[in-house]
Amino acid sequence: MTNHVKKGYARPLDITHGRVDMSHGGGGRAMVQLITDLFARHLSNEYLAQGNDGTCLPLGKGRLVLSTDSHVVSPLFFPGGDIGGLSVHGTVNDVAVMGATPLYLTAGFILEEGFPLADLARIVESMAKAANDAGVKLVAGDTKVVEQGKGDGVFITTTGVGFLPDGVHLSGDLARPGDLLLVSGSVGDHGVAIMSKRENLSFDAPILSDTAALHGLTAAMMASGATIKVMRDPTRGGLAATLNEIAHQSGVGIHLEEAAIPVKPEVEAACELLGLDPLNIANEGKLIAVCAAEDADRLLAVMRAHPLGRDAAVIGRVLEDANAFVQMKTRFGGRRMVDWLSGEQLPRIC
Amino acid sequence: MKYVDEYRDGEVAQGLAQAIAAEVRTDRRYNFMEFCGGHTHAISRYGVPDLLPPNVRMIHGPGCPVCVLPIGRIDLAIQLALERGVIVCTYADTVRVPASGGLSLMKAKARGGDIRMVYAVTDALMIARDNPDKEVVFFAIGFETTTPPTAVAIQQARAEGLKNFSVLCCHVLTPSAIMNILESPEVRELGTVPLDGFIGPAHVSTVIGSRPYAYFAEEYRKPVVIAGFEPLDVMQAILMLVRQVNEGRAEVENEFTRAVTPEGNEKAQRLVSDVFELRRSFEWRGLGEVPYSALRIRDTYADFDAERRYGLEYWPVRDNKACECGAILRGVKQPTDCKIFGTVCTPETPMGSCMVSSEGACAAHYTYGRYKDYEASAT
Ligand code: SF4
Repeated sequence: MTNHVKKGYARPLDITHGRVDMSHGGGGRAMVQLITDLFARHLSNEYLAQGNDGTCLPLGKGRLVLSTDSHVVSPLFFPGGDIGGLSVHGTVNDVAVMGATPLYLTAGFILEEGFPLADLARIVESMAKAANDAGVKLVAGDTKVVEQGKGDGVFITTTGVGFLPDGVHLSGDLARPGDLLLVSGSVGDHGVAIMSKRENLSFDAPILSDTAALHGLTAAMMASGATIKVMRDPTRGGLAATLNEIAHQSGVGIHLEEAAIPVKPEVEAACELLGLDPLNIANEGKLIAVCAAEDADRLLAVMRAHPLGRDAAVIGRVLEDANAFVQMKTRFGGRRMVDWLSGEQLPRIC
Repeated sequence: MKYVDEYRDGEVAQGLAQAIAAEVRTDRRYNFMEFCGGHTHAISRYGVPDLLPPNVRMIHGPGCPVCVLPIGRIDLAIQLALERGVIVCTYADTVRVPASGGLSLMKAKARGGDIRMVYAVTDALMIARDNPDKEVVFFAIGFETTTPPTAVAIQQARAEGLKNFSVLCCHVLTPSAIMNILESPEVRELGTVPLDGFIGPAHVSTVIGSRPYAYFAEEYRKPVVIAGFEPLDVMQAILMLVRQVNEGRAEVENEFTRAVTPEGNEKAQRLVSDVFELRRSFEWRGLGEVPYSALRIRDTYADFDAERRYGLEYWPVRDNKACECGAILRGVKQPTDCKIFGTVCTPETPMGSCMVSSEGACAAHYTYGRYKDYEASAT
């Protein structure tokens, strides 16, 4: 007699042709299967494997840094990346620019009924790769399914945990007159990559998103010994929004040199076409740093030595200004303000 | 893209700035109006005024298609979306324009109106094809450059037999607006605002040519220079205007030799006049009723005219009483003369037309130049 008893009596998840349905969020067998066969398969580690309602983590030395970010980008797959990698990079970077070492991530998925499992698998694989590259472990997760038309494929919320050694303190309110401002590379790539895909613009060289985890670059910068006062990753609202935040938090003015700000020619051209300003456009793999003037050269050299900081540049300085205005000397020789955006320039870019 | 940088080169700009400084007479002022919002934007964004001598002043004109849309017109579009269940397609800036009852197209969208932002009228046609069971209206705004594509879309819709597509036509005309400003009592009789010349938009002239401006030059003795949209184009145009004024000339000159001819694009003009005819009068936000300043869809294409199709009736709605847009557009006042500039009226909460799009005079000053007000008050 042949043995008909098969392991689990379960029909494997059809990742190639299957689609998300309501049962995948229903708390029943289908949900468990989606989690074990898709999410856990790619993302598992000793903490996720605990399988409890909460995950128990060892506490490191120093202080805890927490950050959370929801990702609703459209399209889900864009030149240079996808929502999976982006959802890891976005949160890892928020932790890293605090000067902390990112260690753990949690992820919440909102899936839309009908979403192809093959696409979901691609997204999860991309998350796994991004997490692995960034040296972080996904330690807790959640999945919900909403009816068709109530979502847009996939939304992902991630929370990041990192440790910050005692004595390290970076904050938006520490910029002082005389400090210099550095950027790690060209601005506007991510937003324009998304926009060019959405508007079907084609360029000779496709514009790729700069989505990347900055933990390595920040670690090198922190180790340089330079007195770094502020680090930020200029995502939504771009450089303009981030600099205005810092100016307001610190109660200082910022003067930029437009000619020093790296912008890729193809990004410049696309902005021209779409009527956008590269300074308002989101980045997902860039950071800005404010440091003491005497340390700027050293910091710049360290940044340029890192692959993600090759095009780093000093782009401006901090000065006294009770109104906390961000001003710029234009390439044209005039001056203008660099203001926060009014309204939204590009919806759903991250 | 080398093409872009070439026209913004800082050194060339300095050279032009020196030439302007050398040629202006110190015993007089020069007030030039850049008609078009595109020029306003370039001037503010690149800080052109910093390169001009103090007695050369640029006045921002009414050439921003979003800013001049009157409240009543936006109300019509909102009515279509909310009361008639129509899909309203429009350009992005338009959705923020404040309308009656605290609404805007963006707020109407949040209340369930199906409002889609498009980059071109062809996108609206596509939406109509994809939604045969819905009515689709393209909310058409803009000056002469945007008119030919709308005309093509209407012809195309008819050729395809597209029954669910129509256009709410708010296309307006550049020369009539300039004439309205020149005819305004402040400029013509009182002489309180000496307007010494105009910079005309090159892209409009690629369609209508440079000839329509010849009338202003002759009749009103105002020099006109047609210029492209790069900041260097603007500087060059200012230099040409200064020379005309100094030499007592009032001619139409063309800085933008790249594509402008006296006749313009006659094929595009024929296309436009096949589909559109002049409206007797049209309300401009900031300027009020301006005779023969806009287009409507001809009877032969009545099926594609949203106004007729839905029996829409236009009701003028007054702007906020404190708003000085009208005076700003005529060059009589500046944004900071408005009591509510930057307090009640900001780019997030625009009260008047000039604050709506980044091309509007108030929005441009708020976004790019307001720090100068603080510097001025500190000294
Ligand atoms: S600040 Fe606002 S209300 Fe005042 S003139 Fe400008 S647009 Fe009108």
